[in-house]
Amino acid sequence: MSYLPYAVAAWICLVGIAGIATSKNLIHLAICLTVTQSSSYVLLLSVGYVRHGKAPIFLGTKLGTTAVDPVVQALTLTDIVVSVAVIALILALALDAHRLSGTVDPDHIVDISG
Amino acid sequence: MSWIPPLLVAIPLLTSAVTAGLDHVTPRPVQHAVVIAASAATTSLAFVLLRHAESHEVVHWFGGWAPRRGLALGIDFAVGPLAAGMCAVIGLVVTLALIYSLTFMRASPRLFDALMLVALGAMCGFAMSGDLFNLFVWLELMGAAAYALTGFQVERLGPVQGAVNFAITNSLGGYLFAIGIALIYARTGSLNLAQIGNTLSHGPAGGLVIVAMTLLLCGFLIKGAVVPFHLWAADAYAVAPAPVCAVLGGVMTDIGLIGGARLYWTVFDAPFGQGHAVGDVLLWLGMVTAVLAGTMAFLQRHLKRMLAYSVVCHIGIMLAGIGLLNSAGLAGAELMFLGHALLTAGLFFVAGILHADHGVVDELHLRGRGRGCWATAAVWFAATFGLVGTPYVGIYLGHGSIDDGASELGRGWVLPLLWLGSALAGGALLRAGARIFLGWGDSDDSLLGKAMEEDPLERDVQRPLLVAVAVTAVVLGLAVSVVPGLGQRAEYAAVRFEDRSGYAARVLRDHPFAATPRLPVAIRHTSLESLLYGASATILALGLALAGLYRRRLPRAVSVVARRALAAPIHLLREVHSGVVGDYVTWVAVGTAFVGGTFALLLHG
Amino acid sequence: MSRRVRLLLLGPALLGLGSLFAWAIAGLPAFGDYRGPYGFVLNRLVVPLRHTTNVVMGVNFDVRGIDTMGEEFILYASVVGVTLLLRDETRSRQVERRTRRFRSDTVRLVGVGMVGAGLLIGLWLMAFGYVSPGGGFQGGVVAAGAIVLLYLVGNHRDYRPFRSERVLDPLEAVGTGGYVVVGLAALVSGAAFLTNLFGLGTPGLLRSGGSIPVLNWASAIAVTVAMLLLFAEFLETYVVPLEPEDADS
Repeated sequence: MSYLPYAVAAWICLVGIAGIATSKNLIHLAICLTVTQSSSYVLLLSVGYVRHGKAPIFLGTKLGTTAVDPVVQALTLTDIVVSVAVIALILALALDAHRLSGTVDPDHIVDISG
Repeated sequence: MSWIPPLLVAIPLLTSAVTAGLDHVTPRPVQHAVVIAASAATTSLAFVLLRHAESHEVVHWFGGWAPRRGLALGIDFAVGPLAAGMCAVIGLVVTLALIYSLTFMRASPRLFDALMLVALGAMCGFAMSGDLFNLFVWLELMGAAAYALTGFQVERLGPVQGAVNFAITNSLGGYLFAIGIALIYARTGSLNLAQIGNTLSHGPAGGLVIVAMTLLLCGFLIKGAVVPFHLWAADAYAVAPAPVCAVLGGVMTDIGLIGGARLYWTVFDAPFGQGHAVGDVLLWLGMVTAVLAGTMAFLQRHLKRMLAYSVVCHIGIMLAGIGLLNSAGLAGAELMFLGHALLTAGLFFVAGILHADHGVVDELHLRGRGRGCWATAAVWFAATFGLVGTPYVGIYLGHGSIDDGASELGRGWVLPLLWLGSALAGGALLRAGARIFLGWGDSDDSLLGKAMEEDPLERDVQRPLLVAVAVTAVVLGLAVSVVPGLGQRAEYAAVRFEDRSGYAARVLRDHPFAATPRLPVAIRHTSLESLLYGASATILALGLALAGLYRRRLPRAVSVVARRALAAPIHLLREVHSGVVGDYVTWVAVGTAFVGGTFALLLHG
Repeated sequence: MSRRVRLLLLGPALLGLGSLFAWAIAGLPAFGDYRGPYGFVLNRLVVPLRHTTNVVMGVNFDVRGIDTMGEEFILYASVVGVTLLLRDETRSRQVERRTRRFRSDTVRLVGVGMVGAGLLIGLWLMAFGYVSPGGGFQGGVVAAGAIVLLYLVGNHRDYRPFRSERVLDPLEAVGTGGYVVVGLAALVSGAAFLTNLFGLGTPGLLRSGGSIPVLNWASAIAVTVAMLLLFAEFLETYVVPLEPEDADS
């Protein structure tokens, strides 16, 4: 039980990468990218957990009570915003791809190769 | 002087936000002037910082959160001469690109400048940061700006494809990096590079650290377009507008490599520094990259795609230099970065001029059409010789330093391969130059694949400005090998960069470095071996160019043998560089697993 | 590369990655066994030093404030990027057909309630973000979501003010640029960039944390406006900008 969250994070990452590599739709691909990134959130938050720790918010709580790590929560927040930015850009590109070629299949929007 | 580092980030970012916000109310000339002024100011400050960083590491703790009892609490920018030098070159290339784009870009899209400034600020932040997660933030910021800049010309499918491949591959690299951060944080409880290095120097490094190192380094190698993570680069650089390519190909890709070097020298040297395993993996990756990318460059007809592979080829040589893990190798990579950034930018600028003049960027379609453009031709050929490594021009000094580093370690067998790579890439560029500017060779060649459609530029450009910018870039790039004292300073910067315990003591406990020795102001000598290699590479590049131009006139025996031997590998290479993002992501997975497995085998136990 | 070759390469690669992950996990401390000094030290120090009871926000806007500045600019860069990518002066847009609109009073009633509640919650999260759970980002996203809901339950005219680029662009500059200005103000006064220079106030009250509330609001504005701009950009791909003759409803 004590390693389950880490295993979940690893599983999410691998499934996400598999999804990206085999995707037939750019929008689905963007979501898979988000899924892969969420593995880093799960890992960060699990790493910072303290057994029987409270949230690191000391409104009404005495200073010095065991609290979980606030740093990983701050990092996860930043990480989430990064994900939003990337998914917005990829969705805009998907719209452009559809407009130009009628498809959002990444295997078929190839103009240059070799 | 510690107030300068934050300004290198704050000035471009603030200017970007303000110009984008006031986009509708400011007249265009004012906007351009403000943007170029901001970029120039950042560059000048970076040069000032460079002078000061040489005598002591400039450290800035954000928010005033200085370390308490050796425990780092806040985020720091720790700037040595190498980092400051990089910021200076980045600023220079971006400023040149902005001036170039004054007349090169279409009239309406006004937000182009805003994104270029964001990229500038992010790259400077990345070069200076001493905190692991902060590095990730700047990495993603430069990515976000770069993806949109790549897909700028939204009227064609090519830019969309290039931007998609770029965005997905590099974001994935960033996320792998984030997982690596989580693992290192679990092990060391800190995010500060110096602190992590200190913690890891006690005790054995288990599987956790090895896997974390794999993920962190692979994240940077993806950004740095190293084989097998390089596939996105050719797609992206082929379709981005020329000034964007100058910035992306000239500096942004290289900076991923320097980030990897910084990670190694502040963190992973502690647990793994006894052997050469990590460096050897990087060395081999660099060699394969140089030769493979050089070959791919030779197979291209689209000028910008050819230049993209040339960039990747030089990245490979720089990575090999870093992988030697000594100061000569790292100094060589630094000097190559300086020359390569400016020369590649110049070549991309020329490609843009050709596009503006003739509406195409295809070597075969442009055959002979460059005749009479003496300035442009001179710039192209000069830059190409600078990139091949002709003695005492351009990247020669850097490559010579890498040669010294390899010989020091007894790995002299590396050198022919590295020089072969630059000869291949240089040969391709020379071939293109001869075909376009001299009209040599045939107007068709099946070896070079299919043509790609291109839109002509939609406005008149002020050609003299474009040529002037290209000339400036190339002259500066060529001069890198002959600036007196630059070689010695690069070597000293490398020595400082590799001093892990000195860095940690300076950052965490404010112990000053030993006094800077007086560095001579003279042109650094390279070995006779390097002179010979440089001359041979130049001759080989010329030979390859001629062979490429006059393929049909080779004796039948030669061409039949060559075709039998090379057809299958070339076909395989083309298949792999398929332009499909699913394939690219598969190669990222394969590459990461391979690098991780290799580290596991070499470092465990 | 055919799909089959791709899968043949991908399978072993993922297996390899999986084994590497498993090896790394074996070296991690057990779940709940966080030992590192960083989190514990900050939990002890942030409240006395900065008088803000929400330590996570204290870390976000003060201890690691430059990270947050970079993150805001990532959002800003994506907004600018999407604007550039979805610009197309030449294509003709499809007009959203009026007949598609349904008229349901229930939807409008529930919707207005949700919009109001969402806005309030968003504003509360923003305002008290550094005191109780919440923060500029969280509040900004909720508020932006509530405003976007207006488009779903109302019609174009109700939503029009929230799509005006003339208003949103300068606001975005205020939010994102404001963050940098606060940092520069500290630098100009001789301290390090983003040093907390304002009066610290009392922990647990709105007036606490020094410059943290200012940065909190700057990022709240930046995030709200960024979300609205993104939505407006994507919306414009399908809908003609409002003309005066859209008078009927």
